[in-house]
Amino acid sequence: MEEQSPDPPTRRLVLLGAASSGLALCATGPAAASPAAMDEAIRALVSEAPVNRGKVKLELPPIVENGNTVPLTVTVDSPMSETDHVTGIHVFNEKNPQPYVAAFELGPRAGRAMVSTRIRLADSQQVVAIARLNDGSFWSGGADVIVTLAACAEG
Amino acid sequence: MKAMVLALIVATAAAAAAVEIAPGDRQSGYDFVSPETRAMQDDDTANPGMLGVLQGETLWAAKAGATDRSCADCHGDARATMKGVAARYPLFEPALARPLDLEGRINRCRSEHQRAAAFAAESADLLALTAFVAYQSRGLPIAVQTNAELKPFLELGSELFHRRQGQLNLSCSQCHDDNWGKRLAGAVIPQAHPTGYPVYRLEWQSLGSLQRRLRNCMTGMRAEPYEYGAPEAVALELYLMARAHGMTIETPGVRP
Amino acid sequence: MARVLINLPAQAKRGEIIEIKTLIGHPMETGYRLGPTGVVFPRDIINRFVCTYNGVQVFGAELHPAIAANPFIAFFTVATESGEIAFSWTDDHGQTQTEVRQITVE
Repeated sequence: MEEQSPDPPTRRLVLLGAASSGLALCATGPAAASPAAMDEAIRALVSEAPVNRGKVKLELPPIVENGNTVPLTVTVDSPMSETDHVTGIHVFNEKNPQPYVAAFELGPRAGRAMVSTRIRLADSQQVVAIARLNDGSFWSGGADVIVTLAACAEG
Repeated sequence: MKAMVLALIVATAAAAAAVEIAPGDRQSGYDFVSPETRAMQDDDTANPGMLGVLQGETLWAAKAGATDRSCADCHGDARATMKGVAARYPLFEPALARPLDLEGRINRCRSEHQRAAAFAAESADLLALTAFVAYQSRGLPIAVQTNAELKPFLELGSELFHRRQGQLNLSCSQCHDDNWGKRLAGAVIPQAHPTGYPVYRLEWQSLGSLQRRLRNCMTGMRAEPYEYGAPEAVALELYLMARAHGMTIETPGVRP
Repeated sequence: MARVLINLPAQAKRGEIIEIKTLIGHPMETGYRLGPTGVVFPRDIINRFVCTYNGVQVFGAELHPAIAANPFIAFFTVATESGEIAFSWTDDHGQTQTEVRQITVE
């Protein structure tokens, strides 16, 4: 699995920074997938707080053989001590019908802030992971994936 | 006369165009998938196909039918008695004068010996039991017999594999003998060896049989897929297993 | 009862960080898939996963339809003491399935 840079797209940060400027985000329907929906979901999580780049590494295959099952690992650089640890990791996407993927709850008993799962990706897109630390700060990392279709499917 | 000879030469050349893969060049579909998919297959505690194998283990011990017998009642510990079995299927069944694949054998056992209703084709239970039995051959080489009884069925399977069909007028051989390793859109074309069946196909998000995969192939070729259990389907399975003779069984495989 | 595969060490040293891998059989029906008649299959997923260690939650997850079928979740925890590590999966109907494993920590 290739390691992706921890930098989220700059546009996202600008939008998040402009959260208070009354940016109109519209959902065109239940199946409306869009970067804007992802931004809105992220904003609902962080509200006015800044999202820092760094600490979060999101690993996804750069080219996905089948969007039905995509292995994902998110790692946050943290000592996971009583005084300095990750409390939550939230994963978002920009082109599925919903922006949410999963939200993981951690604490000092985790020992290591690293979670692996398998996700569905409807199309080639950005995936973003936001970590919340016990001091209330938010950190993010992202990955770009190309999703291909399997050959010779059912119909 | 000259025209006839020429026609014969052209016809022979065309027939010989489909070159079979040299035994030393044969590779499992495992070698053509991404590292992530291979990792999914390699870890028994993370391989989704293993859920089916576990389910099959339970079914193996479950009493069924009018005789109220389980597979275990006749066959004992599958780890011992089923070892090597899947490697030999499809196998000729004298009572029916035709080959049976593993699913067919399991259903025949069910109806003849357990006096229970046969499992529906491609049902979760049938797949689980087939996966559990095939799993007992994991690591063993494929070894179907190609004796006189099976010869006509093997020939039928070979003919089907090499025959152009469907709206695209493609044969299986053209992709899987002549163009393996190359890409078909985003996917790498494998050699089509049934080393991991029943397989967990990511496209299905479940276990599935070789016959299901062949149906998918034929849909992809824009040809009419064979019905489950059709003689053509079993003949093709037989041919594919014979073509993969000596290759290692990986059940449950994971494929895109 | 869905099939479950759990991988965690039976023994560990006190303070050791151990990896736990879990896999449960479930179709995770998204609610977006169209059936043959054009009607969607209704959403039906496992939406929550919790791991407790002698009764204390050490890991939790909120799952959405974007989690693939047969959910696989791997995470870490510190081996603090001997006892029971329990895993619970809850679906959209509110049904919970729990599996328990023992761990010996010296």
